[in-house]
Amino acid sequence: MTVTDTDQHHNTHEGESHGLSDMGYVKIAVFLAAVTAIEVALSYTQDQLGAAFLPLLLILMGVKFFCVILYFMHLKFDSKLFGLMFYIGMFLAIGCYGVFLLSMHFFSS
Amino acid sequence: MADTAVAPATGHDAHDDHGAHHSSTGLSNNKLAMWMFLGSECLLFGGLISTYMLYRGRHSENLGPDQVWDIPFTSASSFVLLMSSLTMVLAVSSAHRKDDRNTKVWLMVTALLGALFVAGQVYEFTTFYREGLGFTTSLFSSSFYTLTGFHGVHVTVGIIMLTSLVGMIGKNRVPGDKAETVELFGLYWHFVDVVWILIFTLVYLIPA
Repeated sequence: MTVTDTDQHHNTHEGESHGLSDMGYVKIAVFLAAVTAIEVALSYTQDQLGAAFLPLLLILMGVKFFCVILYFMHLKFDSKLFGLMFYIGMFLAIGCYGVFLLSMHFFSS
Repeated sequence: MADTAVAPATGHDAHDDHGAHHSSTGLSNNKLAMWMFLGSECLLFGGLISTYMLYRGRHSENLGPDQVWDIPFTSASSFVLLMSSLTMVLAVSSAHRKDDRNTKVWLMVTALLGALFVAGQVYEFTTFYREGLGFTTSLFSSSFYTLTGFHGVHVTVGIIMLTSLVGMIGKNRVPGDKAETVELFGLYWHFVDVVWILIFTLVYLIPA
């Protein structure tokens, strides 16, 4: 993302800004649609990809996830405290349910 | 920001020209509360996704994910929801420019795309049910319907909120900072989209 894509004006609150220009958001949406298309294409070629299929799919999912929360939800441009509130819940969920699945022998099956 | 100096004298939260609340952190309390709410929602959907992952293999031979999923249809639904995130962010952008007309237009387009997604989900559920996959058919079906149903309810609540907001903007009855209110609704909507990004990959694309 180039610097020219960002808006110069800032919000009324400290540490908050509006983020990208409208064209910047359209570029992000096109990128997300392309990544989704790649994901679907990968799902049809899983036999050829073998062991690389799952990590590839999870990486693409992560890329889409962070694109939305960083750009569309403005976490990249807003105060870090907003991000902290969200990441606490997210990592608590990952940790809690990771242990839950581990205790149910999910990863060994 | 000069208004903040008045706050101790009045004993109330200070407001700027747009009616936005200032706080000791210098950040919007409403926005902070919304992010905390979304953080707590991670725990709700984390539980539902984990339960599905655990039970996705518990089904009869002819009514499992590989037999019932229609990936091209679900991919189109995912695309619709992704585009609704774009229209939502354009609504937020218009609201910050104080362009009420475009804000209302983009909010309505977002609500329509959301309605299209929910319609797709209803169609998908109906098709699965006709194929014999009821809510209590197997542990797989129960966890699948619970997860995607909860997500569908979140989208439906979002649609109701968006149409209400359009009506409130039209009648100029939005309390406080209008742009911030639209942004708060936007955060909720994007979160619903983010959850679908996870569901689409973990539930539909990864084989059981």
